[in-house]
Amino acid sequence: MIRSFRHPYPVDQAKPLVRWLTYLTWLFPILISGQEYQSDIKPLFKSHCYRCHAGDQAKSGYRLDTAIKAIAGGDRGPAIIPGNAAASLISQALRGTHPQLSPMPYRDKALSPPAIESIEAWINAGAPHPDNEIPDPHIHWAFRPLTRPILPEIDPRTVIENPIDLLVRSRIETSELIPSPPAKPEILIRRLYLDLLGLLPSPQEIDDYLGDYSSNATERLIDRLLSSPHFGERWGRHWLDLARYADSNGYSIDAPRSIWRYRDYVINAINLNLPFNQFVTEQLAGDLLAEPTTDQLIATGFHRNTQINQEGGIDKEQFRIESVVDRVATTGTAFLGLTIACAQCHDHKFDPITQREYYQFFAFFNNQEEPTLNTPMPGERAAQQRHQDAIIRLERAIKESESKIQERIFDWEKFLSERDLQDLPRTYRLILTKPRELRSTEESQQLFEHFREENQSYQALKKERAELGRKRPRLTHTMILRERKSKRTTHIHIKGDFTRQGEPVFPGTPRALNPFPGHEDATRLDLAHWLTSNQNPLLARVTVNRIWQQYFGRGIVETENDFGTQGSPPSHPHLLDWLAVELIENGWNLKALHKKILMSQTYQQSSRLTPKLAAKDPDNRLFARQSRMRLESEIIRDVALSAAGLLSHQMGGPGVHPPQPEGVMGLGQVQRRWQADSGENRFRRGLYTFFFRATPHPALTVFDSPDAFSACSRRIRSNTPLQALTLLNDPAFFEIAQRLALRIIELDCTNDADRIREAFRLCLSRYPTRAETRDLLNALQPDHAGSPLPPEAKGLLLARILLNLDETIARE
Amino acid sequence: MKRLHVNSMEPPSNRFLRDQTRRHFFGQCSLGLGSVALGQLLQPTHAAASSHQGPHFKPRAKNVIYLFMAGGPSQLELLDYKPKLEEWNGQRIPDSYLDGRRFAFMNSSFKERSTLLGTRRRFQQHGQSGIWFSELLPHTARLADEMTVVKSCATNLFNHAPAKLFMNTGSGQFGRPSIGSWVTYGIGSECDNLPGFVVLQSGPRGPRGGAVNWGSGFLPTTYQGVPLRGQGDPILNLSTPQRVSNRSQQHVINTVNQLNRRHLGITRDPEIATRIAAYEMAFRMQTSAPDLIDLSNESPETMKLYGVQRDQPSYARNCLLARRLVERGVRFVQLYHTNWDSHGGPGETLEGDFENVCHQIDRASAALVIDLKKRGLLDDTLVIWGGEFGRTPMGENRKTTGRNHHIDAFSMWFAGGGVKKGYVLGETDELGFEPVHQRAHVHDLHATLLHQLGLDHEALTFRFQGRDFRLTDVHGKVLHDLLS
Repeated sequence: MIRSFRHPYPVDQAKPLVRWLTYLTWLFPILISGQEYQSDIKPLFKSHCYRCHAGDQAKSGYRLDTAIKAIAGGDRGPAIIPGNAAASLISQALRGTHPQLSPMPYRDKALSPPAIESIEAWINAGAPHPDNEIPDPHIHWAFRPLTRPILPEIDPRTVIENPIDLLVRSRIETSELIPSPPAKPEILIRRLYLDLLGLLPSPQEIDDYLGDYSSNATERLIDRLLSSPHFGERWGRHWLDLARYADSNGYSIDAPRSIWRYRDYVINAINLNLPFNQFVTEQLAGDLLAEPTTDQLIATGFHRNTQINQEGGIDKEQFRIESVVDRVATTGTAFLGLTIACAQCHDHKFDPITQREYYQFFAFFNNQEEPTLNTPMPGERAAQQRHQDAIIRLERAIKESESKIQERIFDWEKFLSERDLQDLPRTYRLILTKPRELRSTEESQQLFEHFREENQSYQALKKERAELGRKRPRLTHTMILRERKSKRTTHIHIKGDFTRQGEPVFPGTPRALNPFPGHEDATRLDLAHWLTSNQNPLLARVTVNRIWQQYFGRGIVETENDFGTQGSPPSHPHLLDWLAVELIENGWNLKALHKKILMSQTYQQSSRLTPKLAAKDPDNRLFARQSRMRLESEIIRDVALSAAGLLSHQMGGPGVHPPQPEGVMGLGQVQRRWQADSGENRFRRGLYTFFFRATPHPALTVFDSPDAFSACSRRIRSNTPLQALTLLNDPAFFEIAQRLALRIIELDCTNDADRIREAFRLCLSRYPTRAETRDLLNALQPDHAGSPLPPEAKGLLLARILLNLDETIARE
Repeated sequence: MKRLHVNSMEPPSNRFLRDQTRRHFFGQCSLGLGSVALGQLLQPTHAAASSHQGPHFKPRAKNVIYLFMAGGPSQLELLDYKPKLEEWNGQRIPDSYLDGRRFAFMNSSFKERSTLLGTRRRFQQHGQSGIWFSELLPHTARLADEMTVVKSCATNLFNHAPAKLFMNTGSGQFGRPSIGSWVTYGIGSECDNLPGFVVLQSGPRGPRGGAVNWGSGFLPTTYQGVPLRGQGDPILNLSTPQRVSNRSQQHVINTVNQLNRRHLGITRDPEIATRIAAYEMAFRMQTSAPDLIDLSNESPETMKLYGVQRDQPSYARNCLLARRLVERGVRFVQLYHTNWDSHGGPGETLEGDFENVCHQIDRASAALVIDLKKRGLLDDTLVIWGGEFGRTPMGENRKTTGRNHHIDAFSMWFAGGGVKKGYVLGETDELGFEPVHQRAHVHDLHATLLHQLGLDHEALTFRFQGRDFRLTDVHGKVLHDLLS
């Protein structure tokens, strides 16, 4: 055992005393230090230092993944002086005593005193170590298996129950910041309503919450909101961004398509709290499940949200390949957080994904058909049956009418006068003058048809039949994916060019990830099992990170769509893993995870940006405050509609057509019709607005709705003059303002100040400050010589101001 | 600059669009920057520096007017004179020209049916430079000594929508930023009361692919092209609702900004400062955009030069508006005119229909260059004329004989903005199938355009989905031969 240790310095060259000492340590290292490198020291390095100082990650040129490298040091020279811990850089860094070096671990909780002492003891013992140490194969953090992290200990005087808070605070403690105070209740209830439902709380709901002093008032509110059907609409929309959902085919023709059953499936699944692994499996391979339900077939619409090029003269194969490429990229982004698409033309430049592996992944999606599934809604089949019956009845009536006409010809012929004959066209006259037996079949038929034409009741029946034929009720249908019977062989496309086929490949997944128990005939279902297996750490990490991002504006991993080596590492690795493990161990129960986050003090804290927060952590990387965020396009409209009391709560169904300015549809190649709905459909939630990819509703795009061309894992939040013009002038928003004005006028208030207070609360869920009330009162004053504004004018002015406030379209 | 607003609580300056990129860095889009870079940007010394990526070096042009001839004009009827093709008219295509090519609408009978088609148009040399133009572009021809004609343009995609996207974004896939977005992202705009990237359209229908042609892709929507509409509001939702007076509108905006300022004081969220600036700019746009389209102070000579009928939407009117936009400092103006898709057959004949569309654009395109020059704007303004691809040397037999899409060789012209005068770049083989000299691929044209604006096409990047994206992807070289 002792032989396996080698001293870092040739003993002969050292000074006699040192030589003697080191000889002693060489002989009795463990006796002296009591610390063994492999079992005691290396694990400390591994868990605290490897993230920045191992393998390719060698910050400051320093690696600790072998003892020799740990001793040799990096850009600042030797880090460990064997035998002298006090003089060793590493000890100074760990204790934070070095004048220039940041305390280590960088921006993380310091090692416990016993841990530092054991490292120092090991150094003082001469830092003995094996001479044949090989660095552990470096595994990128995101690919490492999930383990439940040990929760940090923090000051026992602070009462923290939620592990999320523990994990966030232990990080804040290393900075000079402190967590923000809790948000005011009226801010918190608005935040919860907007985050969970995308709707405003009504004044009554606010009052109820503010008046509820029981200790679990917030928890009950959260439970109530999580079980609201609007939760599925709000969070379904986030998923639809990833699914690149739209209601048209895209490219230049951009014809409408029917796939809203998929949209409704997503909303429903989220409301039912379908376990997330099942949700993923159904969407990737619902058709391959044993005896799939209709819903599971509809779910495969996930990968039918690709564009379809209907332009003339195209190369069909080229665009089929484009769809497959899209499916591969979307699968990579949505479930793995990886930019697999980068390996389409060459091996991935940064991540361990080869071009061959890309086409192995591609092979899963290269063998499908794209059928349409009839998914009749209640009553549709019956309506179709009724229609069919009506047709049968009519056709019977037509037959009867015909035989009656035939009979009538006989009767009529009997009493035919010369005069009558003269009135008939010559053809028929000639036929009628012949005895019946001598007429040819054709002639009889001709005669019959003539009389039929003249018969009004017969004609009415015919007309009715033709109309019915045109009015055949269609069953609701939706686009699904189905496995192809005869398999295509997938080839590598040289340089990504589908016309240049390379070697054939079988379905498979990148080797750097969890092993795929693959075989040549592996299907999407095998892929789904692999993705949702507990061995795959990415699905859970990527999913919890996106949820966190929705709640805080930024993920724990900032590059939410790139968990590869080029992405940013997690700001709170333990928090990320804790949430991921929690999700899996709870049976992929998403609502439970939501609740865990929502119940945390971290979520419920204020979003105010103090000068200190702005200076120390402008990007909110420590989560020492909540984030203030502009609302998404659909929600901006939903909020205005709910403030005005106009919003329809009807869920699901085909896309709707709220008003939009004229001329928008003319921007596409093919002029599509946009007939604004009247009635309830005019005021449905934004996510039901029919989405034409080539000409989306301008109020959606102006507020950064995704374009539905590729998976969108994070919406941009731009802030432009065109948004101001939309809120100020768009006829649809103006219509909402007018209706809000009516609501304001009808408020039970005796004076302007009161009216302002209540109106303000309708939009912002809080009462205005005195200064704000004063500003609004001033706005309602007539100018110098003017007469007082009539109530209608005041109402409209107030409504327009309130709907345009930054706070109205923000979530604090 | 932005942080100053926040701290001093002064109303934001008018430099709204210039601030945009900066805001974008601070605000929603740190995904493009690592924490280190962000930290650096927050240093006071950096805060004063230019907020945009570029310019990377001294620009040669300030603005771009891009006359996009949607549908693919036939270079063989306009700019690329091929006497040999006339000689070979009606003959089968030599196999050596067909091998390995893919064409749109190709089927098995294609090879048999199609034969070479010589042009019926007369060509003549013009100016000192002796550049060839056909009789269909008499006005443009007079500018021979002002422009460079590029005869060796080449692209990758032969269907309209993808090819148009490719010409505009460097990719046939939807979702990438267009040239105008890259440019305004790179160097911003000098106009503080109109958008920096404006799009105008004329012709019987919109260009294929629609708004994605001027979309900002993964760049923030701040950089997307804003269509200036031919009828109704020149900019969507520009006018105050009918029942609201201008005074009341101003009242609303003032109060909104007043309340927003109060809230900014409490929350300190810099996004609110940007929102205030956006409302101020929106209000300025409400005046400046109607002023822009009001042609009443244009002289009768100017109106005649362009051939504009007052208040009638047309390509000519759009050309005049393009000049007015550039005068006001708008960075990137793009005009689309349809329909150049001369397959043959109703509406798309190579005879009457083609003559019509040439007639619609010839006078005004030339007038634009002349007018810019007269006003001293041409040196700073790069004018580009061209479509998404060209047409085949062989005929396509539909109801009448037209030409099919051709991606290997087509012609464009460039004027002003530091481009050579009276010069022809590139040359095609004697039947016009492909360039034999100085090939100018779309990526090269993009690199050159950016270069003239002081932008290095390899340095103008945006990080998205883990990759640094460029307009030119991994290709493109600046066509120095094109530049003076």
